[in-house]
Amino acid sequence: MSAASPLLEVRDLKVHFPVKHGVFGAARGRVKAVDGVSFDLEAGETLGLVGESGCGKTTLGRALARLVPPTAGSIRLEGEDMAHWSGAQLRARRRKWQMIFQDPYNSLDPRMTVGHIIGEALEIHRLAPKAQERQARVRQLLESVGLDGAHAASYPHEFSGGQRQRIGIARALAVDPKLIICDEPVSALDVSVQAQIINLLQDLQQKRGVAYLFVAHDLAVVERISRRVMVMYLGKVVELGSAAAVVRTPQHPYTQALISAVPQIEEQSQRPRIVLSGELPSPIDPPAGCPFHPRCPVAEARCKVEVPLLREIVPGHWAACHLAGGGSSSSQS
Amino acid sequence: MLLEIRNLQLEFRSDRQAVRAVDGVSFSIGPGETLGLVGESGSGKSVTALSIGRLLRTPPAFYPGGEILLAGCDVLKASNRELRALRGRGVSYIFQEPGVSLNPVFRVGAQIKESLRLHRPEAATDAEVARLLQAVGIAAPEMRAKCYPHEMSGGMQQRVMIAMALAAEPKLLVADEPTTALDVTIQAQILALLKDVQQRLGMSLLLITHNLGIVGQMADRVAVMYAGQIVETAPARELLRRPLHPYTRALMQAAPKLGVDGGRLANIPGSVPRPGAMPPGCRFHLRCAIARPACSVKEPALTVVEAGRQVRCPYWNSP
Repeated sequence: MSAASPLLEVRDLKVHFPVKHGVFGAARGRVKAVDGVSFDLEAGETLGLVGESGCGKTTLGRALARLVPPTAGSIRLEGEDMAHWSGAQLRARRRKWQMIFQDPYNSLDPRMTVGHIIGEALEIHRLAPKAQERQARVRQLLESVGLDGAHAASYPHEFSGGQRQRIGIARALAVDPKLIICDEPVSALDVSVQAQIINLLQDLQQKRGVAYLFVAHDLAVVERISRRVMVMYLGKVVELGSAAAVVRTPQHPYTQALISAVPQIEEQSQRPRIVLSGELPSPIDPPAGCPFHPRCPVAEARCKVEVPLLREIVPGHWAACHLAGGGSSSSQS
Repeated sequence: MLLEIRNLQLEFRSDRQAVRAVDGVSFSIGPGETLGLVGESGSGKSVTALSIGRLLRTPPAFYPGGEILLAGCDVLKASNRELRALRGRGVSYIFQEPGVSLNPVFRVGAQIKESLRLHRPEAATDAEVARLLQAVGIAAPEMRAKCYPHEMSGGMQQRVMIAMALAAEPKLLVADEPTTALDVTIQAQILALLKDVQQRLGMSLLLITHNLGIVGQMADRVAVMYAGQIVETAPARELLRRPLHPYTRALMQAAPKLGVDGGRLANIPGSVPRPGAMPPGCRFHLRCAIARPACSVKEPALTVVEAGRQVRCPYWNSP
């Protein structure tokens, strides 16, 4: 692997789920939860992933963590395609990536002590075979996420939501992963605690050089923590660029609407407000042409027939819209 | 004033202990006014709002002091009959998770009609159900009335909840985190709808939220709650432009703002104290950036500091 190649290269990744009818019924359709997603993630980078519920962002995160099997495409981690690994091969490499979940109340086993929860990963991957070593390591991990080492003997219910999320982070860090997939890690937390966790994640990244795929629906949070931001709509990436560019000069009409919908503390500015009509269409039966055209305020005739491809509008800033940048795109029908 | 709450005290009692969840809360809402009630989880904002319609069961909920006056009715002393008349026409509610608040085994039209039968029996017709659904922006209302809740999206379910609440033509609508479970684009639709129906019907709105952006967009005045007490009240614009209480200030700095650079987020150390385990003195002093020794001894009072502004901190004016 050359030093220049990214940590993670995802190419044309698809995750489709069959929709079944009744108990024995045959598949009557497919939900294209993730439909041809490609992107790179550098080591030590944070890539934010936003979109409305049902857009496929959680499924994408889970597919990258190999918690759901990808239907097609490749996921190259440090140059090795892990999309179709299984069994021992997968198990041996699982410690390269970890996941942090949204709900700190449901993602920790209530009957295990915190020390056991964090130590389990060390045990499985044989990172600290001796019990004493393991205990010392657990204590270290707890301290690195701002908790007291003595908390190892406590149970999850003894902690607040923010503290539990810290435990979840310590568990993810235990195996020293290269990539952590954070699925809405702060959405269940209060504002004051949310800021603590965001700061902690940023500190840990600086110290350890771990990369994050940060999945969230709160654009302000994503902008703050990410270097680049990717926007998904109905299983497809509609925009990808630096966090500042995506938020300040969004190219895709969907991103523009999403940003204008965020209620702001500042007084009503001259910001144009775009209230989208309607809701996310069903991914079983997505609209023809551009998937966003039924809700798009600027859609034209060709948007109903031609699928727009993701293209570079300005250097480093990509959008899948025929009209973005005033230009015309190459397209597929 | 349509609603007046004075020095409200609320305790949850069990055999072993009494926990004071609300401690001396006072505020009022005028006709057609929107009050934003802001605070983190555990601050007591939801139970305060539920007390207005006496929706908390006794036991465990007891009111050792204070009063709630809604449209001339003394809520805490009212009989069950008076309360039945008050609920619906006096005050209606919508909650955070519309999917949980709707009954899954009845069609939404039937549920709206039930609300009509209880509160405006003369209007309990299919036509009125359709009119209400239309009023909350649901297209093809006759058809949608026949849907079950699970056939609808979250945004659509919240519209149905609003239609049910409006069926009673309430004087006060309490919206408890009405858009927290929804996506931002749907949130924008629901907030626009709430504002629109409020203006059309001249209803008062008590909007509970933890999102200060929503407050700026919707509220006339704001009350900020912390650990069972109000720590600051002010006109919404002024509070957002110049928060005075150290907690409000910290809360605003902790929320990331879209399109604004600013390195590290300021965070508030620790977490909200649990009811029953309040620190002595000022309830915020352990997390406060400007706390002084005196703060751990004497509990500050909510004081008028400027016209229309109250703050529970004697040091609000010092850096």
